[in-house]
Amino acid sequence: MLDFLSVLDFFKDNLPDPLDRLAYPIAGMTLAMIVINAVVMSTALYTWFERRVLGRFQSRRGPNRWGPFGLLQPMADVVKLLAKEDIIPDTADKPAFTIAPILLLVPMFLVFAVIPFGADSFLGRLNVGVLFILGVTGVSTLAIFMAGWASRNKYAMFGAIRAVAMLISYEVPMALAVTGVVVLAGSMSLLGIVGAQSVPYFLVQPLGFFVFMTAAAAEMSRAPFDMIEAESELGGGYITEYAGMKFGILQLAEFMAPLATAAVATVLFLGGTSGFDPIPGQLWFLAKAFALVFLMLWVRATWPRLRVDQIMGFAWKALLPLALLNMFVVAIELVVLQDSDTGAITRGDLWAMAAVNWVIAVVAIVITANVLGQRRLRPETPVPSPLANMAAEAD
Amino acid sequence: MYGTGLAKGLAVTLKNLVLPSRFFTLHQYPDRRIGLLGLAKMSGTNVVSYTFKNPREAVKSLLGLAVVEDREPRHPRFRGQEFSFYEQRCTGCASCAKYCPLGIIKIVTTRSGDAMQEGEKYGLEVFDIDIGRCMFCGLCVEACPYDALHMGSGFEEGNYQRQELVFDIDRLRRAPKRPSTWFRPQLEARGYDPETDGELGWHDVGRHERPTTEEQAERWARR
Repeated sequence: MLDFLSVLDFFKDNLPDPLDRLAYPIAGMTLAMIVINAVVMSTALYTWFERRVLGRFQSRRGPNRWGPFGLLQPMADVVKLLAKEDIIPDTADKPAFTIAPILLLVPMFLVFAVIPFGADSFLGRLNVGVLFILGVTGVSTLAIFMAGWASRNKYAMFGAIRAVAMLISYEVPMALAVTGVVVLAGSMSLLGIVGAQSVPYFLVQPLGFFVFMTAAAAEMSRAPFDMIEAESELGGGYITEYAGMKFGILQLAEFMAPLATAAVATVLFLGGTSGFDPIPGQLWFLAKAFALVFLMLWVRATWPRLRVDQIMGFAWKALLPLALLNMFVVAIELVVLQDSDTGAITRGDLWAMAAVNWVIAVVAIVITANVLGQRRLRPETPVPSPLANMAAEAD
Repeated sequence: MYGTGLAKGLAVTLKNLVLPSRFFTLHQYPDRRIGLLGLAKMSGTNVVSYTFKNPREAVKSLLGLAVVEDREPRHPRFRGQEFSFYEQRCTGCASCAKYCPLGIIKIVTTRSGDAMQEGEKYGLEVFDIDIGRCMFCGLCVEACPYDALHMGSGFEEGNYQRQELVFDIDRLRRAPKRPSTWFRPQLEARGYDPETDGELGWHDVGRHERPTTEEQAERWARR
């Protein structure tokens, strides 16, 4: 369908012979442009969807003025942002301040470069796709820190410091959760992982799915982990000083993150493009990604923000042990169940693993929640009120 | 157990998304959402016969879309805006303006002079009450010696412009003559209720019984 080779052949056939060498870059750029535009447009639609559904979750109407059901609202937002003055603070580090939004946006696009949207529709077939995604998304930490540092604003700085502390912490359980998938699939290529999922991996390793989604929510700095740009505390965090289209690009990157995460999680845990036959794989991919986006939206609409110390504690005390446990269990099961000669895993083996892993997941999550939730039963020492002192002095 | 609250919260938001009765919590003021039971009670029947008679309303109420007007009944002595002003009783003495603690009543009468015949009263040129600053203490009503000014019984006066809250004399003339019984024992003794009973004419709101024609003639004779 939309695979690289057919597009390349199309250009090779239609270009005059001396220009044949150009077919390769032209085909690549065409596909890249299609994907980038599709991603940007779907992000624009996603902003509408998020605000609208968020409204319904909270018993109000979302944007409903401009266009049918408010569908043209993203357009209006973009026009408004383009018309705004592009302000760079005097004391800001101008090159870093300018580059930061772009640096935040590019990794999001790069993630989409390796994701297989269909059995044969993808931009790049990397044999280390998982590693590529983990590495590329790590750049966003640097971009956020650049934005905060270059702004010369204490709130932006606080947001950046929190971002570095939090994002690096959550990289660890996320990578460990992905390791479970890689171990089970025996491949680091995303196509290989999709092919290996005769049973979707969120059934086989629910603990890994849970850890991955939680850590991804933190990586995206969305509620309940959105303390990087906590509006009530930091006035926007690292985006405090941004205005105009730079702000727009930051927002674009922020709203693109759920889509990228949903796409990656679909490939890693939901079986990617696999599904029943009459419906094409691309639609299956879309439907699964949509379900994940909805799940993230639901969580965002419901739960309040965590405190800073709670967030760091959650990463190191809850998610890291759970991810390690998941990897450990999967590895042991793999050694026990897999065929000793070929190393193959049958479908029945996967179902057996699923049955065991669900029990382990529920028990582990309950135990972790109870251990983390305990508070020392120590009466708090009352703080003496200054008014009480005044009364004593009056006597 | 720890963590159950999270699940409960998710259930709440999902209900908000799915249940039609939770779609829009905002209603225009006098309306109130009502269930099937309430509708049946209002029409004085039971649920089954109400559903049988008007199934459409019943389905609407089950979806949470049925809406009725909901106004709390007010006491007859309620002090509201839309002052009931009887121009025929007003002499332009400006007692109300003097007693107003906020000084928000402005009265300008016609000049006394040759044009005025005996027995006539001052005409009113300006009579402004700035409702936007009024605290509805009712002192102007207490001060009125001729029972020309009464408190009104309404309170729904939302406006975008503060200027629109200044009631001028035309507006006072046009206002519905439903005087509150605040500081008007003659109305209260009659059991008058401004909400349910009709409007009152200027003859009926006075402090004293209106003399009959014979009494009037006797008075003239005594003079």
